[in-house]
Amino acid sequence: MNAVQTPAAARGGAPYVRLEGLTKRFGDFVAVRQVSLDIARGEIFCLLGASGCGKTTLLRMLAGFETPTEGSIWIDGVDVTHVPPYERPVNMMFQSYALFPHMTVAQNVAFGLRQDGTAKSEIDGRVHEMLAMVQLDGYDKRKPHQLSGGQRQRVALARALVKRPKLLLLDEPLGALDKKLRERTQFELVSLQERLGVTFVIVTHDQEEAMTLASRIGVMRAGEILQVGTPTDIYEFPGSRFVADFIGSVNMVEGRLVEDEPDHVRIQCEQLGCMVYVDHGVSAPPDAPVAVAIRPEKIQLSREQPPGTDNLLAGRVTGVAYLGDATRYLVQLPNGFQLRVTAPNVSRREERFEQDDAVWLSWHPSSPVVVTR
Amino acid sequence: MKPAAASRLGRWGVIALPYLWLTIFFLVPFLIVLKISFSNVQLSMPPVEPVLTWGQDHVMQLRLHFSNFAFVFGDRLYIEAFLDSLLIAAVSTVIALLIGYPMAYGIARAPGAWRNVLFLLVVLPFFTSFLLRVYAWMGLLGRAGPVNGLLLKLGLIHEPLQLLQTEFAVYLGMVYSYLPFMVLPLYSAIEKLDLTLLEAAADLGCRPTKAFFTVTLPLTREGIFAGCLLVFIPAVGEYVIPALLGGPDTLMIGRVVWDEFFGNRDWPVASALAIVLLVLLSGFVLLLQYVQSREREA
Repeated sequence: MNAVQTPAAARGGAPYVRLEGLTKRFGDFVAVRQVSLDIARGEIFCLLGASGCGKTTLLRMLAGFETPTEGSIWIDGVDVTHVPPYERPVNMMFQSYALFPHMTVAQNVAFGLRQDGTAKSEIDGRVHEMLAMVQLDGYDKRKPHQLSGGQRQRVALARALVKRPKLLLLDEPLGALDKKLRERTQFELVSLQERLGVTFVIVTHDQEEAMTLASRIGVMRAGEILQVGTPTDIYEFPGSRFVADFIGSVNMVEGRLVEDEPDHVRIQCEQLGCMVYVDHGVSAPPDAPVAVAIRPEKIQLSREQPPGTDNLLAGRVTGVAYLGDATRYLVQLPNGFQLRVTAPNVSRREERFEQDDAVWLSWHPSSPVVVTR
Repeated sequence: MKPAAASRLGRWGVIALPYLWLTIFFLVPFLIVLKISFSNVQLSMPPVEPVLTWGQDHVMQLRLHFSNFAFVFGDRLYIEAFLDSLLIAAVSTVIALLIGYPMAYGIARAPGAWRNVLFLLVVLPFFTSFLLRVYAWMGLLGRAGPVNGLLLKLGLIHEPLQLLQTEFAVYLGMVYSYLPFMVLPLYSAIEKLDLTLLEAAADLGCRPTKAFFTVTLPLTREGIFAGCLLVFIPAVGEYVIPALLGGPDTLMIGRVVWDEFFGNRDWPVASALAIVLLVLLSGFVLLLQYVQSREREA
């Protein structure tokens, strides 16, 4: 398992949710492999990965729908590994929402409370309070099929939150909404979470969703968590080729460490045909093969040659995509290698580069990320 | 012919064909039976008076005898036969539901490869004639049949039981024969049920047994209605099973109609009984559909 920095543990407090060596096998297939993870109280933790990476299986184990083959799950100091779903202090918002079609909105939201034998008057009060919180007052008598997609999503959220669970699991919570609605709902979800203080674990394949919602992200691949960190950590300091490539757009080149000093390194990159100078040390043996990842927005384009020799390349623009807020360029080096460059459109009338323009590419020595894995 | 006209003709053809079929093989026979039910017995072939006659002086005479209906409703025998039929059919339907639901549930939840095999097994009895299967039960339940033989061998009984010609045998035959009609609509209803709804119920603190009654059962109600109708309606008018397996005291309406028609050669009364049965059952179906449509709107 990868070393995972846990804020709660760092602060000395016991983690609220703890996964220990969690493994789930289906026959010969290992869906989740030796996952250990601590989640602090009140966190929004996002499991991010492509489909089939095991993130949903992990979520289902937290909900109690799957029993781990190995390992254990602790919530608020209690081992819930073998506790059935109907006895866990955990609620889930399903990707399909799974609203009961034969019940009204109010009955759907009240369902969980009714299972606990809560008094009728209290149920009514809490249901209406919850419906008000998700802005669905007056919809209590509707059936799910009479609601829009966004309204259904909010009913599902209300139903999952009304029991005040210790942990709320959300499976692709915004996946079924259109883009505009998704952006608005993202912020509503976060503000609701802050108000209620419930710990969220979200599963998503959408990195933008993960970046906006999460306090921390766990990037998953093939049943393992490769890296855990804040959105900034994951984007700016990816720990491996996979994470660097998976999150956002990146130019990835292979290289060899030729100069290894504590305060800087030089990397020989055949694909770029130049030396990459990085202004911080890298923990790798000399001559080790490494990968250099440079984000497109961290490369500057210019017509005149900038001073210096390191981190400087000449190329020719082969593709231009104007996106409004930024322009994406594809720049070809003399040896045929292509780099992606994104330039923000700061001014309305600034001169932009065009197809076949000869350009210079340069980047700050702090920009490249060097990964060994 | 222009293509548009041809396609219109095709469309009408598709709609008209089943209606034509129903007209020839349902509506016309029904009208004939209706006509006979208002007729009177006479010694001729067919043994009924014509309802419509051309009399003297070019007078068209329509003579409707309501006496048959009066007779049917006046005689306790027929009323009891109706009530008996409804009772036996209702009890058989409930038993078929109680057996059929777990069966359908098991099939719908079985792993993929098994499901087809189990499904085929439910339909398999249809490959043999219905009459043959009921005859087989006569052999099985007879005094010297294997059921009595087994019970004797096990020492549970000391002399053969009278199984045939009992109400028990009628129920057995009914449930056995109509069970597939119960299982099939139930299966399709249960199979359609979204399993994440049950997970959602469990997630919200609902135990599996309770989830069955609060989620599974209400959401498969359409299948229950359909299955019950498919069993109840033919069971009410069933003739073969009570005739072959039932005793003299099992008086079902199908058997009474047969007796009136072939035994007494009283076609008008037999027809009147058939009409009353049809009206009764149509009433049931309409009521059920009304209840269902109201539920769907709510």
